[in-house]
Amino acid sequence: MINFQQVSKRFRRIDVLSDINLEIGTGDRVALVGSNGAGKTTLIRCLLGEYKCKGKISVDGDNPRQRRTTVLKKIGFVPQLPPPLKMPVGQLIRFAAGVCESKPERMYDISSQLGLDARQVRRQPFNKLSGGQKQKLLISIALGRDCDLLVLDEPAANLDPEARHAFFQLLAERQHNVAMIISSHRLDEVAALVNRVVELDCGKIVLNDHVADQVDMDSMLDCQLLLTRADSAFAETVREWGFEESDEGVLWQGRVSGPDRLRFLGVLSRYAALLKGIQMQEAASNEQKKDKVHALTA
Amino acid sequence: MKHMMLTAFADISESIRAKWFLVYSLVFGGVVVALFVSGLSESRIMGFTGLSRMLITYLQITMAILPVFVLITTVRSVAGDREAGIFEYMLSLPVSLASWFWGKLFGRFFVVFLPVFIAMVAAVAWGAHKGAEIPWYQVIFYTGFLISLAWCFLGIGMLISTLARSADVATGAAFVVWLGLLLFMDLILLGTLIKHGMPSESVIAIALVNPLQVFRTASMMLFDPQLVLLGPSAYVILDHFGKAGYIAWALVYPAIVGLLSAAAGYLLFRRGDLP
Repeated sequence: MINFQQVSKRFRRIDVLSDINLEIGTGDRVALVGSNGAGKTTLIRCLLGEYKCKGKISVDGDNPRQRRTTVLKKIGFVPQLPPPLKMPVGQLIRFAAGVCESKPERMYDISSQLGLDARQVRRQPFNKLSGGQKQKLLISIALGRDCDLLVLDEPAANLDPEARHAFFQLLAERQHNVAMIISSHRLDEVAALVNRVVELDCGKIVLNDHVADQVDMDSMLDCQLLLTRADSAFAETVREWGFEESDEGVLWQGRVSGPDRLRFLGVLSRYAALLKGIQMQEAASNEQKKDKVHALTA
Repeated sequence: MKHMMLTAFADISESIRAKWFLVYSLVFGGVVVALFVSGLSESRIMGFTGLSRMLITYLQITMAILPVFVLITTVRSVAGDREAGIFEYMLSLPVSLASWFWGKLFGRFFVVFLPVFIAMVAAVAWGAHKGAEIPWYQVIFYTGFLISLAWCFLGIGMLISTLARSADVATGAAFVVWLGLLLFMDLILLGTLIKHGMPSESVIAIALVNPLQVFRTASMMLFDPQLVLLGPSAYVILDHFGKAGYIAWALVYPAIVGLLSAAAGYLLFRRGDLP
């Protein structure tokens, strides 16, 4: 579907991308990882036809620079930083739906699933929304249309756990019909969402590998945390994940989205000294689908 | 066409929420109010009275304010959007670059022209309410000159905006262009050029390619057909163009300059990196 052939990009005298060769097919979910300045954003911009570059890029045989609208009709894009648009939310949705030949209702529906009532804020300028609301709206625009490729730049960075789960479910619905490129600084942020990883360093591909992950993108894990003692900082952190306490703050219970488990464990690692036990197991509805148990006991 | 209209509406929607638009509208509304309050419409200077007198003054003030406002706000549109990261997102949507660029230009034209036009219509309406005779001939041609002037500077603004890689550089360049055009309108500068041996025809030719001077001379011509106020230069203008010819020149020439500048801006825009 997507083919990069010897793609290079220079800014003045600096090589930002050097000889990139990469093929991505339908069903591929690629984590594009690398540190700042590795070339992730430049590669995405070349793919979107926003940058001129050496070499060849094609999406279903079409060059994004020469056949811009044809190629971009196939791509849903969520940027890392929301644009500082002053236009009202309703206007932005109308504009996006108009040029993408979609219906605003589809975008409003997706935003509702993500926990944003876009109809209620439709008269509000986009730049006055909170970071999370902006992200939800941009995801709604990208997913509320037909596309063959999703390009997501740190898409879930500003989302709360509930919205993250809804977002993962929406991606799960599309995972077999579309290709995805998910850019991130850290692999553990996106590992559970992808089946391939491409790492860039100084504009070159230094790793192009597959990721074996058995956890469904729409799964939920029941989680129980046992502490050695109650702690207010810990309480505040896990409450953000929707956990509830019992036994005077020593026992915590909640649900974590399957693809979020590494991220959640990363958060817990900050409180390793407090943790007496962790139990994670697939929630009842998922158990019927797959009899799979992840249990960790510290 | 649909994408161009959507882009134009999006730009209008974006612009009317910007602070510059508020200031811009207040300035033009304020000018008209100030002219009424100062009783200019009732004054009699050099034979011009009533609404004609007021329109002349309004046009002179507009000539000074409109180009610099249009230039400074337009140059920030492409360069500023690029800098702010708006392009990265908006140009990832399947809109053609032609629809985007020209849609933005038409949207911006609507936004810059509307306050000026509304202020002028308000002046005419107020005059009619007060029982003054409406100089329709002047009102219609002034509107045409304003459209042409606004379009001209919009096109120049889009070209500068495309060339400059940052909003600050674009603003600086716009200011220099405006200042340059103002200088070549200045009688002292023209006098100096003549003093240093430049043929008077060349000096007048310089003035005639300056859209600001073309606007000024044409608006003068509407109430002073012999261009008595202009002095000897009037002979060159009237001999070469005639009154109707010069008015046609004033309507068409700035619009063509704007169109060519915008077209050059578009070609550069689509050739380079977008964000």
